[in-house]
Amino acid sequence: MIRRLWSIIKKEFRQIRRDKRVLSILTLVPAFLLFLNGYALNFDVTHIRLAVVDLEKSVRSREFLNAFVTSGYFDVVDVLPSAEEATTLLDDAEIRAALVIPGDFSANLLSGRTVDVQVLVDGVDANAATTVIGYVQAVTLQYSRGILLSALSKIGRQNYIPINYEARIWYNPELKSVKFLVPGLIGFILTITCVIATALSIVREKERNTIEQIVVSPVHAMEFIVGKLVPYALIALIAAVIVIFAAYVLFGVEVKGSFLNLFVATLLFVIAALGIGLFISTISESQQVAFQVAALASMLPTLILSGFIFPIRSMPLFLQIFSNITPAKYYLVILRGIILKGVGLAAYWEQMVYLVLFSLVVLGVSILRFRKTIG
Amino acid sequence: MSNHAIEVERLTKRFGDFTAVDHIDFAVKEGEIFGFLGANGAGKSTTIRMLCALLQPTEGTARVGGHDITDAPEKVKETIGYMSQRFSLYEDLTVEENIHFFGKVYGLTDVALRERKAWALTMANLHGRETSITGTLPGGWKQRLALGCAVLHRPRIVFLDEPTSGVDPLMRRTFWELINELSSEGVTVLVTTHFLEEAEYCNDLILINAGRIIANGSPKELKRDHIKTPILEVQCSNVIEAMEWIEREPWAVETSVFGTNLHVSVSDEKAARAGIRKILKAKGMTLSSLDRITPSLEDVFLYLLDRESQRERTPV
Repeated sequence: MIRRLWSIIKKEFRQIRRDKRVLSILTLVPAFLLFLNGYALNFDVTHIRLAVVDLEKSVRSREFLNAFVTSGYFDVVDVLPSAEEATTLLDDAEIRAALVIPGDFSANLLSGRTVDVQVLVDGVDANAATTVIGYVQAVTLQYSRGILLSALSKIGRQNYIPINYEARIWYNPELKSVKFLVPGLIGFILTITCVIATALSIVREKERNTIEQIVVSPVHAMEFIVGKLVPYALIALIAAVIVIFAAYVLFGVEVKGSFLNLFVATLLFVIAALGIGLFISTISESQQVAFQVAALASMLPTLILSGFIFPIRSMPLFLQIFSNITPAKYYLVILRGIILKGVGLAAYWEQMVYLVLFSLVVLGVSILRFRKTIG
Repeated sequence: MSNHAIEVERLTKRFGDFTAVDHIDFAVKEGEIFGFLGANGAGKSTTIRMLCALLQPTEGTARVGGHDITDAPEKVKETIGYMSQRFSLYEDLTVEENIHFFGKVYGLTDVALRERKAWALTMANLHGRETSITGTLPGGWKQRLALGCAVLHRPRIVFLDEPTSGVDPLMRRTFWELINELSSEGVTVLVTTHFLEEAEYCNDLILINAGRIIANGSPKELKRDHIKTPILEVQCSNVIEAMEWIEREPWAVETSVFGTNLHVSVSDEKAARAGIRKILKAKGMTLSSLDRITPSLEDVFLYLLDRESQRERTPV
């Protein structure tokens, strides 16, 4: 039993080793994907290209402008004579926002009237636009408060702010989106490798007829499947190590929690993902079909429904329920907890139980189906 | 206990409405080479798959090496060796790795494996090619390696499904020598083939058509029982046209084309010889030779298949 299993595992490793393409896909592509996604999937809004239309050009208006520049979020790329020209630049996406300071800026300020400053924002990317408006608001409020305070002190009141706050951001103090994305990427990449690699490897045996020699031998379906899964689980774990290391080197994402916890959670997830691959191999007859089904079944749900990019809580209820088809949903919660927060597995027993259940169901169904297809 | 290695009783397999194997009965004696003949789609592979316990029969039973195929499929699998019609070793493993893998899968000990590996390499004539990738070997060598791997564990019964298809004639000869060798060691060999001349090498055989056995016996018996009339071999210039004229004659029982020759089984040899000469002369065809021949199994099978298709056309 163990001997037979071991010979299947050994055989599988030999085949993988000989197939340089598969080997590189399994180990290097994940790190490459991380590299690409880590840089491309960046939701941070900095260096906002800002055009300025200063209709007054006074000391005060320049001071207000300066507040934007020193905030660090804005790059003033153009100084324009009129708001119409700013519109053209917005149309061409040359700039992200334009700030129009009216000609009566100082006059109104000095006479204690409210000044209306116009901000034009490119709203195509709604998330980015919201962030830009937030920054504009912060800079403007800060500036207004300065004026207010100096006015108060002039009439003899002391410098007084009714409520002040001090925000301490935990886990990701620089608010870098990459820190949020990297754990998701690890899950995404592991799903793709595990699902596609196992699906292909079993269907290849069907396609090349080698499975026939196996089924006439005393090898049990269980031995064959476990023998297939073990090598790919190991390779997936190695790929995970590479990705975690690359995330540290490239993006400075450190694992705050214990590596043992990370290993246990990842192993559970890998088994679930391999189970999906196995299932796909039982419903497809050619490698081509298996690849398409596996790519579709692994990428789409992981990308959209796992909470990798889109928060599950803001989805409609039926989608929230539907999102349970991907084990990545639960794995990501654990992963973010371990990597970013350094929380132990004890906090995630619900997710762990889900992963175990998912693996049991998908592996059970696959083994039953597998027995039937080779019979 | 009987001395039968395989006993098949009313074995039937239906796929939906289609009956692939229709109540077949036969028995294979221990140590013999048993031929299993029939056209593609006649039900050969389905039968073999059932006997290898890969497929559950719809009806009937079979015992392979004394084990029931439905009750003890695992026992059956341990008893048999199987070589598939399509090459099914790992093409991306080396010769040696394939031998090791299948040896261990069948539970050979290290000592036994070493001995059987040497044997298999000799048999397949692959000494010195141990580390070659199997996929790079020529077709005939691959087939021999496949046979070697199928019998590594010294099975008492071996199933060979079209082992010589796609192999050149010379290699086919050596392959049959290997099969004979196995049989002389007491291994029962059940072999399917669609090369009718290979049937002569079998001790016993069955001919299967549309899922039913239409002939059963040794090559000698088959020839004796089914060919009652003399057969004349005609060598002439236009075989097809000659056949069309000859088959209208009352003495012509059966005509068939063999390559560039014409075989005519006749009821009256004397009348036929004269008749054939007359026809060919009248039609301006040249006759190179006209001889009475001993019937081959091929003649028997063509006769039987022809009879079978006539029976289908005129239902009783």
